[in-house]
Amino acid sequence: MGEVIQLNNESLLKYVLQLADNAMILGQRLAETCGHGPVLEQDIAITNISLDLIGEARVLYQYAAEIEGGGKTEDDYPYKRDVRDWQNILLVEQPNGHFGHIIMRQFMFDCYHYCHLKAMIDSSDERLAQIAAKTIKEATYHLKYSSEWVIRLGDGTEESHDKMQEALNDRIRFFDEAFIPSKIENEESLNGIKVDCVAIRKLAWAKFQEICQTATLEIPEVKFPQKGGKDGLHSEHFGYLLSELQFLQKSYPNSNW
Amino acid sequence: MQNWPLFEVFLRSKNGLSHKHVGSLHAADADMAITNARDVYTRRKEGVSIWVVESKDITASNPEESESMFDPAEDKVYRHPTFYDLPNELEHM
Repeated sequence: MGEVIQLNNESLLKYVLQLADNAMILGQRLAETCGHGPVLEQDIAITNISLDLIGEARVLYQYAAEIEGGGKTEDDYPYKRDVRDWQNILLVEQPNGHFGHIIMRQFMFDCYHYCHLKAMIDSSDERLAQIAAKTIKEATYHLKYSSEWVIRLGDGTEESHDKMQEALNDRIRFFDEAFIPSKIENEESLNGIKVDCVAIRKLAWAKFQEICQTATLEIPEVKFPQKGGKDGLHSEHFGYLLSELQFLQKSYPNSNW
Repeated sequence: MQNWPLFEVFLRSKNGLSHKHVGSLHAADADMAITNARDVYTRRKEGVSIWVVESKDITASNPEESESMFDPAEDKVYRHPTFYDLPNELEHM
């Protein structure tokens, strides 16, 4: 009996970390743009989103630490795990590129994130349901923000349209990973707790297509969606991101302030 | 982006009765000005309602005329309702 509970907890821990890792890594990527926004107002807007996401990651890491026990803290997960232990989707670790790339990556993530949280409100895990109910308010705004920019730039000047189309062509192959179940998302013991990521795909894609159409952007066909991030297989960019994120803990282990 | 017009931002705080001017920002249009104002001026729960108006649409009094505009009110304290007993039900005076 004790063994079964152990197994359940391990799955739940892994699942919670997967959710946290997405928010953490996109938050970190956006934080890199702090001070580099195209105008002051957008600089602040993107940093706000970054802080929202890191805030979401924190409550999930706190939950993970409670599940794992043994004196773990929320900081152990972002600062003390190596590449293969991270379960975020490849989309969020992609480099920032130009403003169009940042907005397109954000928009794709927001389509997924919003639909995911909407479904997670009904999770049988009370804690996850609470986190979703709180976080969806932020995600709703993020989606509005990124949608408006996709439309504004896509349906803007010739130059802004071309840059948005370039960003879309570049990032589209990373969009579907969010809706392809990882090992942990196929775990039956999590039924009722986890979100059915296949089921939310339709809603997320509907939003995605609607905005792209309004923005006069053409969605290219993807023959080979890029995946693997959820199972710990990351792109080459990810190591660089982690070395910056974890620099302090690696150079000065267990330092505190 | 250099051509973006300037907008003035007004916020109503949670218990406030009227919108108060808090600053200005650049935006391509009024919708973007609202979004920008949300991100720049309400990060610390400063407001529950935002107004934006293009700065060029505001007509201001001329500072050079301030003597004739405002000084005459200086010695007319009787215009303040401090000489009356206000009923308790009357709020926000």
